[in-house]
Amino acid sequence: MGLETKPLSTLHERSSYNVADFAVPTGREEEWRFTPLSRLKGLHNGTAAASGTVDVTVDAAPEVTVETVGRDDARVGKAYVPADRISAQAYASFEKATVVTVPREAVASRPTVITLRGSGGGAAYGHIVVKVEAMAEAVVVLDHSGSAVYADNVEFVVGDGATLKVVSLQDWDDDAVHVSHHHAQLAKDATFRSFVVTLGGDLVRLSPSVAYTAPGGDADLTGLYFVDAGQHLEHRLLVEHTVPNCRSNVTYKGALQGEDAHAVWIGDVIIRAEAEGTDTYELNRNLILTDGARADSVPNLEILTGEVAGAGHASASGRLDDEHIFYLQARGIPFEEARRLVIHGFFAQLLEKIEVEEIRERVLAAVEAELAR
Amino acid sequence: MPTLEIRDLHVAVGDKEILRGVDLTVSSGETHAIMGPNGSGKSTLAYALAGHPKYTITSGSVLLDGEDLLEMKVDERARAGLFLAMQYPVEVPGVSVSNFLRSAITAVRGEAPKLREFAKDLKTGMDALSIDPAFAQRNTNEGFSGGEKKRHEILQLELLKPKIAILDETDSGLDVDALRVVSEGINRFRGLDGSGEGSGADTGVLLITHYTRILRYVKPDFVHVFAAGRIVEEGGPELAEKLENEGYEAYTKASA
Repeated sequence: MGLETKPLSTLHERSSYNVADFAVPTGREEEWRFTPLSRLKGLHNGTAAASGTVDVTVDAAPEVTVETVGRDDARVGKAYVPADRISAQAYASFEKATVVTVPREAVASRPTVITLRGSGGGAAYGHIVVKVEAMAEAVVVLDHSGSAVYADNVEFVVGDGATLKVVSLQDWDDDAVHVSHHHAQLAKDATFRSFVVTLGGDLVRLSPSVAYTAPGGDADLTGLYFVDAGQHLEHRLLVEHTVPNCRSNVTYKGALQGEDAHAVWIGDVIIRAEAEGTDTYELNRNLILTDGARADSVPNLEILTGEVAGAGHASASGRLDDEHIFYLQARGIPFEEARRLVIHGFFAQLLEKIEVEEIRERVLAAVEAELAR
Repeated sequence: MPTLEIRDLHVAVGDKEILRGVDLTVSSGETHAIMGPNGSGKSTLAYALAGHPKYTITSGSVLLDGEDLLEMKVDERARAGLFLAMQYPVEVPGVSVSNFLRSAITAVRGEAPKLREFAKDLKTGMDALSIDPAFAQRNTNEGFSGGEKKRHEILQLELLKPKIAILDETDSGLDVDALRVVSEGINRFRGLDGSGEGSGADTGVLLITHYTRILRYVKPDFVHVFAAGRIVEEGGPELAEKLENEGYEAYTKASA
């Protein structure tokens, strides 16, 4: 860490519901330096008129309740305070929030699918709260598609001993811009599983964060992205260990192909002095399939206590391994097929983590479609 | 009758010439042993024939059944009937043994094997080589011990049934039991295990080794001594006996 570098913990100190508390980003700030601001269509500087539409529909499990509520609902904004300008803009601008509640001790019998479908126009803003009460269990799918300029905040509130599994699929049209915060708040012994798949959109900037309110929380964040020519797909993770004996595991993998395909992965993990017994690991891998593609991968681990159970991070970006391809070709497998097998293998362990078969098949098909391009 | 004809083969890695004129013909029904000290170019010959991009053919020719092998891509060579059992088999993350083998068989045969038939062949092959059936679901070579990797190479040999098999130090790093199991697999492939199975007279084997140990199990018809990038002496099985007793010293001195 050089003299110019501020401690990680100070980077995430600012949070506010008020847009004016955040200066308009210039692109020189640490949290904005990778994002092409000119492609945000004004989401970052207040010039984006809220004239667009993103329809939110929910197909809920029978055990789950779904409400559309106003801005004044007490459950909105309770777990998460916006941490940057666009997040605050989204918070200040949304009209209706969707609140999904899994009642205490309920076990949802099937996934609850929240479909967000953009139909073009100007900017749109949204807010979703998913509240899983004590000892309840649910799977929630966020399915983004269509054309949109969309900024939103999603709060996942996971109660004592509860389990929430989330799949968030960003499968936007080529012209879409999506800037989103996914914040998970874990109570005592809560389990949170997040699986993020980002494939489509001109610019997607997704910031998943995790906070713990009591010991025993367990968060596992997995991501898969496939970046094609001209796309900017950015994932910024923050896990903040503030209480003892919690666990976090972050695994993001991406493949890039084509001119100006750009992936950004930021993995910030902070273990505060009071978070003794923390067990954390974060990993990012990028597979660069062609010239002209670029991956920025920045893992940051800041440990402020000496008493951790485990803490590590790893990041690597590289090309397809010629030796893998040679071995498969030496067994008669043609180059294109060998390449497909190796890339498929690169994602295989991640895909196995998607427990909802229907979603796994869909993601698998989407990866296959990307490989066929 | 499959034949591999190597004529005056010169191979370089970067600017460095490793093979300096190799002449060798392997016909079906024959087992040739290539023996030589470390660094003599034995493995270079194996990888150059398989088409590894690191090796540049600077001159010479290689024909497989009269077809120009050197004009073919790596996968085309394999589909033409050439097989290389590698000294250091590559770990391929995320690609299961079962998926890998099925893809390879499909490529080599030109059609996908029937699922039931494939499952049966795989089980038979694994049993014969004392490979735990659970390996079928593991990632290819990942976390395998040295011996397990070599057995897996021989499993592929038996399933793919090539015309010409090059075995690059398949015996290295094996304990006596593993060596016996692997050798039995090679003999099954040669059709010399007495079962009447295997490809028998249709296949040729080029066995590359540093040690004579494996030749007690896999009997060669011809022995070639390799030194400084070329064959320096040829003979029958008795040449292996001589090497066993005298070592490579005479050849390394002569070529130095």
